[in-house]
Amino acid sequence: MKTINQLQDEIIADFSLFEDDMESKLFYLMDLGKKLSPMQADHQSPEFLVKGCMSKVWVYPNYKEGILRFEADSNTDITKGLVSLLVNIWNNRTPEEILNTDLYFIDKIGMGSMIGSQRSNGFAGMIQQMKLYATLYKDK
Amino acid sequence: MYLDNAATTQKPQSVIDALQQYYSHDNANIHRSAHTLASRSTVNFENTRTQVQSFINAKEAAECIFTKGVTESINLVAASYGKLVLQPGDQVLVTEMEHHSNLVPWQRICEETGAQIIAIPVEKDGTLNLETALTFLNEKVKILSMVWVSNALGTINPIKKMIDAAHQIGAKVMIDAAQAASHFKIDVQELDCDFMAISSHKLYGPTGLGVLYGKRALLEAMPPYQSGGEMIKEVFLTHSTYNELPYKFEAGTPNIADVIAFEKALAFVTEIGHDQIVAHEQALYQHFMNAIENSAFDGIQLIGTAAHKISVQSFLVAGMHHFDVGMLLDAAGIALRTGHHCTQPLMRKFGIEGTVRASFAVYNTLEEIDYFVERLHKICTRTR
Repeated sequence: MKTINQLQDEIIADFSLFEDDMESKLFYLMDLGKKLSPMQADHQSPEFLVKGCMSKVWVYPNYKEGILRFEADSNTDITKGLVSLLVNIWNNRTPEEILNTDLYFIDKIGMGSMIGSQRSNGFAGMIQQMKLYATLYKDK
Repeated sequence: MYLDNAATTQKPQSVIDALQQYYSHDNANIHRSAHTLASRSTVNFENTRTQVQSFINAKEAAECIFTKGVTESINLVAASYGKLVLQPGDQVLVTEMEHHSNLVPWQRICEETGAQIIAIPVEKDGTLNLETALTFLNEKVKILSMVWVSNALGTINPIKKMIDAAHQIGAKVMIDAAQAASHFKIDVQELDCDFMAISSHKLYGPTGLGVLYGKRALLEAMPPYQSGGEMIKEVFLTHSTYNELPYKFEAGTPNIADVIAFEKALAFVTEIGHDQIVAHEQALYQHFMNAIENSAFDGIQLIGTAAHKISVQSFLVAGMHHFDVGMLLDAAGIALRTGHHCTQPLMRKFGIEGTVRASFAVYNTLEEIDYFVERLHKICTRTR
């Protein structure tokens, strides 16, 4: 399995192909979202809704034998692409690995200018929620 | 490229210059101090009021009250006039296409007074059917508060007929002209509306400023909305007497700089002329509609297709969330609005969460529309 940082470096390399073409970056994000494994319908409940997001985003944690896996979905394709980046990086990791991650890819791909301030807040909400799950399961 | 003019318009250089001029050279509080600066500011401030009077053809300048915007204008009428006249069992009539700012203030005053808020339904194409609307006017209706032009759909409502019919049953009429004022010549005397709310920033003027027009007799009968400085005649420790119109409703130091600069916005519109403005906007709108009604352009669902509309079009792209469409267009340098447009009941009626809304103004060009259409076409094609 690739390390978290190997996966971050891959994301940086992929996005660098588009240079400053913001529109293509967004289309690419949407394509990434489409590849996300489907979420179990009953996991799309208000309990698993990410707070502070303009769109609806659900993140459901699955903890088994020290390892966290995530299911996620969103009602908008770009947001689904955003959450898929995090799911791909953090799936099959220990809570400690998640909590100790420095998500340096966000700045490197120019996320702020790509998605704007409102969605950046929503993206921060997704990270916070996934880290919260990691904190909850850390000592179990 | 700016196609979000229904949210707020860009400002002419003359408005920006007037703001700078005021703060650089004329800054002083008005109506109080006797020095030269204060006197100059007071004259300029009151000059805007006279220009507003002329812009909407009010009988007198004192009938034009400066507020924070349309929202405050409606809140003022609801809190002051609404509270004065509404009794349990009375009705406040609105339409399903109201902006939240013309719903929530009435909901609150109805809760307080025991009156009821009733909404005239909107047809599937976004039209207000006049015959249907007239059936809602009965002796229980004390206030009709309706939008002249829908911000979400662009529909132009038959307000003159509604005003006349409402008067026949003794109701008073408030018109939300937020979207209308930049497009139509307004004549409050001919319309005979009792109140009208106008926004400065949707009319090429500064933000945080609006006008409430009201007929003198009504404004005089109404209790003050807010209290403090400026709105008083004499203050004693235990009671006060109130100032004359319009100052009775302008408590505190007003938004002096923006009021003074607003005069330049009114001049901008008057100099070009409403007929010229509408002709240009309709040309842009028709150009856009011709392009997207082209058969190569499937996947666009138009929301709001009334026969009489201003240059606003809401739409959805099949298979895509409106937020995503808005972000993709933004990435292509096109600013337009996505969301429910502060008309959640209307969106619910259409069974949607929101739309993408393009709104064209006097400074937009046919070339801009071509670029917009080209980028929109790319999104539709990519999604299919």
